[in-house]
Amino acid sequence: MIAKRDTALADTILFPRPEGLYCPLGDFYIDPVRPVERALITHAHADHARAGHRHVLASQQTLEIMAIRYGEDFTTHRQVAEGEIEIGDISVSFHPAGHILGSCQIRLIPKIGPRIIVSGDYTRTPNDICPPFTPLECEIFITEATFGIPVFRHPDPVEEIRKVIASMEEFPDRPHLIGGYALGKSQRLIRLLRQAGYDAPIGMHGALKRLTDYHIEQGVDLGELVHVDGVSGPRLCLAPPSAFSTPWVHRFRDPVIGYASGWMGVRARARQRRVELPLVISDHCDWPQLIQTIDDVSPEEVWITHGSEAGLLRWCELTQRPARPLRLVGYEEEDQ
Amino acid sequence: MKAFATLLERLAFTNGRNAKMQILRHYLQDTPDPDRGWALAAITGQLELRNIGPALLRRMIAERVDSELFDISYDFVGDLAETIALLWPEPSANRDISLTDAVGVLQSSSRNGQEIAALLDQLDKNSRLAVLKLGTGNLRLGLSARLARTILAQMSDPTLPEIEEIWHALSPPYLDLFAWLAGENAPTPDHQAPFRPVMLSTPTNLEELEKLPIADYQCEWKWDGIRVQLVSDQGVKRVYTRTGDDISAAFPDAIELMDFDGTLDGELLVGREGQIAPFADLQRRLGRKSVSRTMMAEFPAYLRVYDMLIWQGKDWRSEPLSARRAKLDSITFPSPAMDVSPLLSVTTWQDLADLRADPPLSVIEGVMIKNSASRYVGGRPRGPWFKWKRDPMLIDAVLLYAQTGHGKRSGFHSDFTFGVWRDEELVPVGKAYFGFTDEELRQLDKFVRKNTVERFGPVRRLKPELVVEVAFEGLNKSSRHKSGVAMRFPRISRIRWDKPAAEADHLSALEALL
Ligand SMILES: [Zn+2]
Ligand SMILES: [Zn+2]
Repeated sequence: MIAKRDTALADTILFPRPEGLYCPLGDFYIDPVRPVERALITHAHADHARAGHRHVLASQQTLEIMAIRYGEDFTTHRQVAEGEIEIGDISVSFHPAGHILGSCQIRLIPKIGPRIIVSGDYTRTPNDICPPFTPLECEIFITEATFGIPVFRHPDPVEEIRKVIASMEEFPDRPHLIGGYALGKSQRLIRLLRQAGYDAPIGMHGALKRLTDYHIEQGVDLGELVHVDGVSGPRLCLAPPSAFSTPWVHRFRDPVIGYASGWMGVRARARQRRVELPLVISDHCDWPQLIQTIDDVSPEEVWITHGSEAGLLRWCELTQRPARPLRLVGYEEEDQ
Repeated sequence: MKAFATLLERLAFTNGRNAKMQILRHYLQDTPDPDRGWALAAITGQLELRNIGPALLRRMIAERVDSELFDISYDFVGDLAETIALLWPEPSANRDISLTDAVGVLQSSSRNGQEIAALLDQLDKNSRLAVLKLGTGNLRLGLSARLARTILAQMSDPTLPEIEEIWHALSPPYLDLFAWLAGENAPTPDHQAPFRPVMLSTPTNLEELEKLPIADYQCEWKWDGIRVQLVSDQGVKRVYTRTGDDISAAFPDAIELMDFDGTLDGELLVGREGQIAPFADLQRRLGRKSVSRTMMAEFPAYLRVYDMLIWQGKDWRSEPLSARRAKLDSITFPSPAMDVSPLLSVTTWQDLADLRADPPLSVIEGVMIKNSASRYVGGRPRGPWFKWKRDPMLIDAVLLYAQTGHGKRSGFHSDFTFGVWRDEELVPVGKAYFGFTDEELRQLDKFVRKNTVERFGPVRRLKPELVVEVAFEGLNKSSRHKSGVAMRFPRISRIRWDKPAAEADHLSALEALL
């Protein structure tokens, strides 16, 4: 057991700049929103992983997904994160975050001063597509707070996906279209459908193909998938949410449109989406998981970013944990 | 409770009429008695369980959740019952409670809410929301009682008219109704003077009317009162609203006037010595369970009838309107406070348009056009009856205050107070929450944010610069408002970005409309 380190130096080790979260000891940024010399990337979602950095350090899968999305020349130097890596005067390591394929939390260990974990996006809900988030020791824990309001308690995702199957029984003549973003959510939905016992072929919108094929290459068993081209598609299809406002959807007669996101847990938000079948399925922590994680990690100080900071800050205040908001700009509302 | 909660959730998110009907039909087929009866009562508005108020809700949650976390949550969710359903501690075991038991708790629970809290403690999130929506009387499903009855007719042999005929004599959980649908004997209405389904009209305009032969129609004034069904059945007398609510207790003077045997369709108004009073007078008598003698003396009931369903034991509903009208005209009502609504003598639709444009009384809110051959059919059949309401009144007012909306509009300033000039100052005359498009809502919100002078909690006082055209249906004198007037159904019909505030209307212009 290493002695707890003094947190006073934390602000000099990691702080926000317009480009993103910056570490002067190693002269790098984490998930920068503008092109920089050296970037550490937690995961391949577009607002965290952007093209145009000169050096990119990330997990093998994150690098491969970035290459699929942005082309092989998305950066000049790629480095796969493995073990402890010295960058300048600081040591960094990547650990699973449970969010999507390749997603990581990043731990920074300076020679002097507190150990800092940047969680990136993470969840504690089991997701057999990627290894689970594990709580690690640190003095400063930077957590996302996408669902940092106590009203968010995501239900069991397998129960939630059964709503799709129940609706297909209720409306056997109507095709069912489920929206979920292309990286992570779509593949997760397929896995959940398979776990719930749905083994018929599932249709895929073209925009999901490359990333889904990559999941299959990585050994994720998704069952039989078919590309939706003609009129006689399968009864159940997945599509990116943007497809529902394009003519693509016209090929289906009177479809039941569903949408999977943690935001669907609140009716007004679900209504804004104008879908018939809101599914509360998320790859982010809900409120109990955020609290559980802070409890598990038990840092000296919590920095809260990326979502609803106020709720989590209040909880930290009530439980007498030092905490503060970390205001970063350039990230979109998550779990869309 | 879980099945009912799922039903509510599905209905809330399903838009298509057919899909809604299918979901409800499946539920009614799959759910045993008496749960399905209570569910039917809840979604058709037959269950009066408004015993959970906002104050009780807030008190219950304050005992369980930190007030600051509650505020953050409510601000995000925008609906009090939903916020509480989501924040309530999860049950330790996964159990289910029948809807019947939950309704029992809601019907009997005391003011302090302990029984309701104990019920919520045993339920999952969706079921908690269903209970709270039931208890606050706030289901809002967009599913009419008539649609529900249509589904019942689809499920079995009895036809929709047969079900409608006895509907108001039934009470939840409708065991006799479901037994009838399953092939047993029809329930017999157990009380006299039953309510019969009312015939409703659809809106029209001059262009549509021009396509119709005027000779086939009879025209009447449209009275701005309360549509009532007057039933006098072997000495039992009742006044029903058009939805079948019995309001006899609030209008004993109307009951007094009903010296006949039959079922008549007409308008409840206030009138003195053969003169009909404005709607504002009638409004003084609304919303009361009983009525004082002075109230009745000052605002006496007046009945103006225009149709006949049953007369002295004979059912006239399948007769043509012309025959019903002839019969009605042959009757002399003994009291001067009850008469038959006159027919308008018009030979062209333009004649009718002229009458509509300049009615003799302010209590006339337009004209009715009815096919003389029409039979009396409950519900809103398309075609035989039309209403052509007068144009709304308009004023130009200045936006004075704004407040953010809830739900879909949370985050937008969508509740506005507007005012007009009185000498050199602007006095508030009303509030409007709608009338604008989503795009206009965004523009208004932007204006509010840029032009806030002062903030009191959620309310912003605005620089008095933006003129809006406000449409409204009528105007009443009001002692509660500083301006002395209260508008009916005001909404923002146009944003006058072009018009300077100095050119907004004066209070005297409004007073002239009184
Ligand atoms: Zn992400
Ligand atoms: Zn993120």
